[in-house]
Amino acid sequence: MSVTATIRIQEADFDVAQEIAALTKGRTDVGAVVSFSGICRGDENGEAIAALTLEHYPGMAEAEIGRHADEALSRWPLQGLTVIHRFGRIAPGENIVLVVTASSHRQAAFEAAEFLMDYLKTNAPFWKREESRKGASWIEARDHDDAAAARWTKS
Amino acid sequence: MKVKYFAWVRERVGIAEETVEPPADVRTVNDLIGWLSGRGETYAYAFEKPKIIRAAIDHSHVKPEAAISGAREIAFFPPMTGG
Repeated sequence: MSVTATIRIQEADFDVAQEIAALTKGRTDVGAVVSFSGICRGDENGEAIAALTLEHYPGMAEAEIGRHADEALSRWPLQGLTVIHRFGRIAPGENIVLVVTASSHRQAAFEAAEFLMDYLKTNAPFWKREESRKGASWIEARDHDDAAAARWTKS
Repeated sequence: MKVKYFAWVRERVGIAEETVEPPADVRTVNDLIGWLSGRGETYAYAFEKPKIIRAAIDHSHVKPEAAISGAREIAFFPPMTGG
């Protein structure tokens, strides 16, 4: 049975429990679900922030996440996959991103979720801008995120 | 072709998108960055460190040496910070 990923790019919040339930409801072949939630922290490099604003590239965001979702589906035996990424203004404590993977066994679910998050960080066209007492500034990309994504490259 | 700018590249250029018709000798993404940089101070500022600028053609990431012929939409942006 072919599995299609659910990908949503949205301004609104999402319900993690509801998204997990959507992948497991009414089926008995799923033995493992892994969910990763990225949440807005209240500080960036020790500096308190009031909020993040995420800019994205409409069209490409869906396409790029879709390509990585398809790769995850081809590399791991998944029975379900959901990726949700928010844009707009997000306050500390609020959800930013969600990856849910469902599989028969835990290893595929864990690995596919980690693979997707590593690629989302470096390849999905989103940019975070932070608001602090000093004003607003764009968050810089981190080298260790590039290294995390590079380890999944097939040699 | 349509050119789009995002995040601080957009802020520095001062517009989010425009339609451009570069001359025929502008063949690659890198050539286009060079040509855009010559269009004014805001462009020169946005592209002052061309090596850190990322590009996409028709919604796919491309390298600086990628050919731009046939492209409908080219986007320029800083390294991504989503997730």
